[in-house]
Amino acid sequence: MAFKFRAMDNGRKRIRRSPHRSPREMVIEIGLTLATWSSVVALAAVFIELMMGALPAFTSINIIDFFSGTIWNPAHPLYPLYGILPLLVGTLMVSFGAALIAIPIGLGCTIWLAELASPRVKAVFKPAIEILAGIPSVIFGFFALVILSEWIATVFDPVTKLNALNGAIMLAVMMVPIMVTIAEDAMNSVPNSLREASLALGATRWETIRNVVLPSSLSGIVAAIVLSLGRAVGETMTVLMATGNAPVLTGNYLQSVQTMTAAIAIDFGEVEFYSEHYHVLFLVGLVLFVMTFVINLIADWITRRYREEYE
Amino acid sequence: MNRKAKETVYFSLFRICAVLVVLALVVLVGYIATGGLERLSVEFLTAMPHHANTEGGIFPAIVGTFLLMLIVVAVSVPIGVMSAIYLVEYESRSWMGRIFKLTIYNLAGVPSIVYGLLGLGIFVAYLGFGFSLISAGLTLSIMTLPLMISAAREAIAAVPSSVREASLAMGATKWQTIWHHVLPYALPGIFTGIILSVSRAAGETAPLMLTGVATSLQRLPDGFFDSFMALPYHIYFMATQSSNLLATRPIQYATALVLLLLVLGMNLIAIVMRKRYRDKYKW
Repeated sequence: MAFKFRAMDNGRKRIRRSPHRSPREMVIEIGLTLATWSSVVALAAVFIELMMGALPAFTSINIIDFFSGTIWNPAHPLYPLYGILPLLVGTLMVSFGAALIAIPIGLGCTIWLAELASPRVKAVFKPAIEILAGIPSVIFGFFALVILSEWIATVFDPVTKLNALNGAIMLAVMMVPIMVTIAEDAMNSVPNSLREASLALGATRWETIRNVVLPSSLSGIVAAIVLSLGRAVGETMTVLMATGNAPVLTGNYLQSVQTMTAAIAIDFGEVEFYSEHYHVLFLVGLVLFVMTFVINLIADWITRRYREEYE
Repeated sequence: MNRKAKETVYFSLFRICAVLVVLALVVLVGYIATGGLERLSVEFLTAMPHHANTEGGIFPAIVGTFLLMLIVVAVSVPIGVMSAIYLVEYESRSWMGRIFKLTIYNLAGVPSIVYGLLGLGIFVAYLGFGFSLISAGLTLSIMTLPLMISAAREAIAAVPSSVREASLAMGATKWQTIWHHVLPYALPGIFTGIILSVSRAAGETAPLMLTGVATSLQRLPDGFFDSFMALPYHIYFMATQSSNLLATRPIQYATALVLLLLVLGMNLIAIVMRKRYRDKYKW
């Protein structure tokens, strides 16, 4: 191919063009470019679709009431109330509760895997963690609904059997593998020369980890935490099945709550197309999308900062 | 406490954390397996459900999940692999590469329920596909796309540039180089990525709830525009809304076990494949 086209290129100008500028190569490159743009189109479609779906809600309900309303009762036949606060607080309670449980365990697990475990043990633990990350969320939800809630009921004295604590613990189990995978990469990218320098100065292995490895990989660890928090905020099935789905504005972890994701999933079962309730649910979706988008951007920003450190 | 003792305490704490994580996996799988084996049988896998899902099997749900996986493979594998080739081999303008990277990164972080809203608005309503297999399949395909791209990109980028340079130096064009020399080496890695992403799609539930999953069908879907059953939704429905929650518990466990075996099986295949491939090519 290349040879044939070189024979055709007799003009002086074209001689500088590389041989892969042939028509066939051009068509392939254009095809590949279009395929890549489809991701951009998909992300734009998500945003536009949410905007279009939510837009009518801006005129039919009071937006200030939406963001400051403390009652979510969209199914009321005469006076539906669309206050997002119970859902927002529900989401924040469950995901931050999960983060509180997942951060120490995830961090400990990461340090052990990255710095201490022998290659043999690691060959078992790493696939196990990967498999845990691959388990569908509906299975976690089922486990929380049937088994974990019973355990919680025997240890504590919950207000409702399905509650925020149930969802938070189950979400924590889902967050840890995501966190460990990313944070371990960050710790592995700390050059060995730093560890050796610290050990040579007489520090113990723990002192080396605490004073050298952890500070050097801090931004990667923080990014891992932020990213897994974003996943927790967007998680649907686990919280839908674990938290009991009562949109109550509460701070009590032993009380049932409803998250934004759960409200969207549940309410669409009975909502009429293009009704007020339909558009408000898109608005909730938009708020959720913006929240996770911002969380992801923060994680990306932190990650880029840490990459600069050793490259 | 002296320094050595302190170290021992901390290290055992870390070890406990790691054991806890693996223990969570063992407990979860153990409970689902022991609960599910009781009801699991060939008949359960191949029979239609009847009496509002309280009797019979889950055959339509299994077929539905496989058809969804088929759509995902047909749509997101070609687009994903093509994007990955472009990003690794062609992307030269840095600002566009940055946009693509940021887009794919953010696409991966969009909550699955939001993809459901997208599917509802575009495929179900706007394009008029209705609540159907194709609406749900396309929604899952978009959701899987970023995973597919990142996996394929990693596999292609792992092929050392000396392979490319050798081919180019022999007079091959860029595409000839990619097709004959880069992709063959990247193929096992790409396959691993495909298996992992499709297994993710198989277990996804939330988008299906907005795009046409049926609670009970006593037949298989008529075509791609028909309503369908799916394994993950069946678990959710039976565990929260079936007519007798306690009496159908064995069915719930058994369905969960089937889904778990499907997803874990695919994950294990991918992990083993990746390991063999890594041992084979050590650049």
